[in-house]
Amino acid sequence: MFITKYIKDVYKGVRSLLVGMKRTLYYFTHHKEIITQQYPDNRDTLVLPERFKGEVVMPHNENNEHRCTGCQACELACPNGTIKVIFKNELTPEGKKKKAIDKLVYHLELCTMCNLCVEACPSDAIKMAQTFEHSVFDRNELTKILNNPGSKIMEGVE
Amino acid sequence: MWSFSHIANNLHEWLSKTFNPTMTLIIEMVLAGVAVIGLFAALGLVLVIMERKVSAWIQIRLGPNRVGPKGMLQSLADTLKLLVKEGLTPNGADKLLFNLAPFVAMIVAMLLMAPIAFAKDFQLWDLNIGVLYVSAVSSIMVISILMAGWASNNKYSLMGAMRSGAQIVSYELSAGLSILAVVVMTGSLQVSDIIHSQANGWWIFKGHIPMVIAFVTFIIAITAETNRAPFDLAEAESELTAGFHTEYSGMKFALFFLAEYVNVFIVCAIGATLFLGGWMPFHIGNWTGFNHVMDYIPSSVWFFGKTFFLIFVIMWFRWTFPRLRIDQLLNLEWKYLLPISMINLLIVTAMAILGWHF
Amino acid sequence: MFEEVGTTTEGDIIVNVGPQHPATHGVLHLVITLNGETIKKVEPHLGYIHRSIEKMCESLSYRQFIYVTSRMDYLSSHINNHACALCVEKGLQVEVPPRAQVIRVLMDELTRIASHELWWGAMAMDLGAFTPFFHAFRERESINDIMEETCGARLTMNYMVPGGVMQDLHPNFQKKVKEFMQLYKRKIHEYDELVTGNVIFQNRMKNVGYLSAEDAVSYGCSGPTARGSGVNCDIRKIYPYEIYDKLEFDEVLETGGDSFARYMVRIREMQQSIRIIEQLIDNIPEGDFQAKTKAVLKLPKGEFYTRVETARGELGVYIVSEGGTTPYRIKFRSPGFSNLSVLDHIARGSKLGDLVAMMGTLDLVIPDIDR
Repeated sequence: MFITKYIKDVYKGVRSLLVGMKRTLYYFTHHKEIITQQYPDNRDTLVLPERFKGEVVMPHNENNEHRCTGCQACELACPNGTIKVIFKNELTPEGKKKKAIDKLVYHLELCTMCNLCVEACPSDAIKMAQTFEHSVFDRNELTKILNNPGSKIMEGVE
Repeated sequence: MWSFSHIANNLHEWLSKTFNPTMTLIIEMVLAGVAVIGLFAALGLVLVIMERKVSAWIQIRLGPNRVGPKGMLQSLADTLKLLVKEGLTPNGADKLLFNLAPFVAMIVAMLLMAPIAFAKDFQLWDLNIGVLYVSAVSSIMVISILMAGWASNNKYSLMGAMRSGAQIVSYELSAGLSILAVVVMTGSLQVSDIIHSQANGWWIFKGHIPMVIAFVTFIIAITAETNRAPFDLAEAESELTAGFHTEYSGMKFALFFLAEYVNVFIVCAIGATLFLGGWMPFHIGNWTGFNHVMDYIPSSVWFFGKTFFLIFVIMWFRWTFPRLRIDQLLNLEWKYLLPISMINLLIVTAMAILGWHF
Repeated sequence: MFEEVGTTTEGDIIVNVGPQHPATHGVLHLVITLNGETIKKVEPHLGYIHRSIEKMCESLSYRQFIYVTSRMDYLSSHINNHACALCVEKGLQVEVPPRAQVIRVLMDELTRIASHELWWGAMAMDLGAFTPFFHAFRERESINDIMEETCGARLTMNYMVPGGVMQDLHPNFQKKVKEFMQLYKRKIHEYDELVTGNVIFQNRMKNVGYLSAEDAVSYGCSGPTARGSGVNCDIRKIYPYEIYDKLEFDEVLETGGDSFARYMVRIREMQQSIRIIEQLIDNIPEGDFQAKTKAVLKLPKGEFYTRVETARGELGVYIVSEGGTTPYRIKFRSPGFSNLSVLDHIARGSKLGDLVAMMGTLDLVIPDIDR
């Protein structure tokens, strides 16, 4: 019958709208459901997972020593030319010439955080840091030198 | 007792004593104008922050919370931003109409303030056809939207304006019919009469189910008339970018924005006046004690409380429902709301004649 | 440009929707011929976000090129990476360890859910309901957290490598996934309350944008778009890869062919993905997560093609190798391009408001179309 169908339609429609309104009213009154993180304020408590790929860093130990042998595996693995290894010749105590890294230049502005360099590194010299606030006013600051000044290769790393 | 009418009367007496009658009238008019503009600004600020907070809480967000205590000054900051922005007029636009349209929208909103009773005996103009005046003036709103849409020289704007025209013209009908239900019950078009007829109970309670239906129809119709979601086809963000005010910027945009919110306030105030008793306190039959307690709450609090409840309901609609399509919008009016409210009006008339209400 | 619109008659207006428009979700440019509110013709213009990914891949080694594909369909980057890894493995003839296979499938399904969540919210927003967008992000966020813990990124993972996956699962992975599934099951009824059951939404979606099964096949549609028209095209079922043939799940089919059918396919697909995850999450085999591969990968001379089911449809990866360390030519068959091509066909004669609904149900990701 036309009239019953009409009334049924109206009833069903209104009911579905009320169900939706009930749901939004629930959220309007239950503020503990709010999931917003107040980001710059929660910097102190903000913990990123240890695998988070923020930027490439080179860990140094307390004697300012790193593990990089300068094998260029990372430079080859990088799809974007983000990493450049610059060498210098060093004299070993025996007086032999030895190739060592002078600078490991890292272009953060080119990096896509793909993790391929870290995977490629045979001596675990580089890793991903959990930083993410990369914006700077001068883009030269994005070109970083990963090894500390005056750093040396760690003993026993070949 | 402290009340708005008290202050107004004292002021009037003092002015009458100090100045001659003409001067008194002029000063009172200026004061009323300033008060209305002040109310506009206050409403804009309050309603914008209210909308943003309501939407935020419904959307499990925090909402503005940086400017001022709990973000309450956010809309002030926004206004300041809009004030200093450049008001662009696009090339090829009809400059006169383009610049006139926001002001028409504002003037309409201002005119609508006249017959609203904000508190007991506190009204700018208690004219004897108050309700008719409101429904007549509020339909001028569509002219400003059409003007803005046409003058912008933008296809999106034009489409938004045309949609809005079709929408407002259709929804005037059911809004008018549901207002008529109250008029039939009261037997008067005067706003103060309508409020006084609700002294022993609001129409939504006194009028049984037909009055509830009239109320619901009225709420739907005014949501559509003020171009609020789910009937915001004139703006329809995802379809028409911003509809009729796509080309507006700076303060001209702010005027449209303000007019929208003030219109929401006004239609909700009218809804509260017609169906929820305006400034009348909530009374239950013969519970004298309870009624007495209710009388202690100032009438202005009652009025604003009811109005803001209705505004909340309209905001609640906006953040819950998807938008209708243009043909569905007109279907809803012509196939559902109009027949329902016509039959409803018939029943209400019968009820009024037979005296089947409390 | 406008001369070629042959159907234009007096009174029609041509509207440019995009490249910057709230409904196109990216830089899609549609030239629409309108008669009042009725659409007479839709012409998609592409190329605003063309990054020549296929050409870029030709200069990258077989390990390196995978990360670029994350940027194609950025909502299902795992699945893109998976497709590339599968194709390279096919060329190398490497056997992927069972643990890696299970991890890959788990990640794919989580990605599928995340992608559909975002689609659900964005589509509701296209229709004017803003709230579902934020509610969808709540669930999507917990998937992103899982991804972040294991893969180290939230959107562009680069987790699949030829021979397996880059890192082992995080110890918290199983716990987190179970928590997510609990959250999802607690919240799933809200989707019905807010959107699916809503009378306005149903009226907006039903009998709109009808796509018949024949048209879906002839336009080359795939994924939920074609399955909404009743076309059996789930690659996971018809050409199973990894361990999909051993899993119990249903290919979601709807026969309506309209926007609502496509909508329901995606909603039900999320539940099937949950079902797959439930089967696997407690049964991850022990073992290697990566097969031993050479440091420098060289594919033998020849042509290799694999296809997978992304959240949007069939993604094909076609590698032509000359035997070197870099591919000679790579071609991606992206689902979005074919799904977009159907827009003109289904949109003609409907209202402007329906266009955004249709674009929503086609689930377009513009970088996937342009590459």
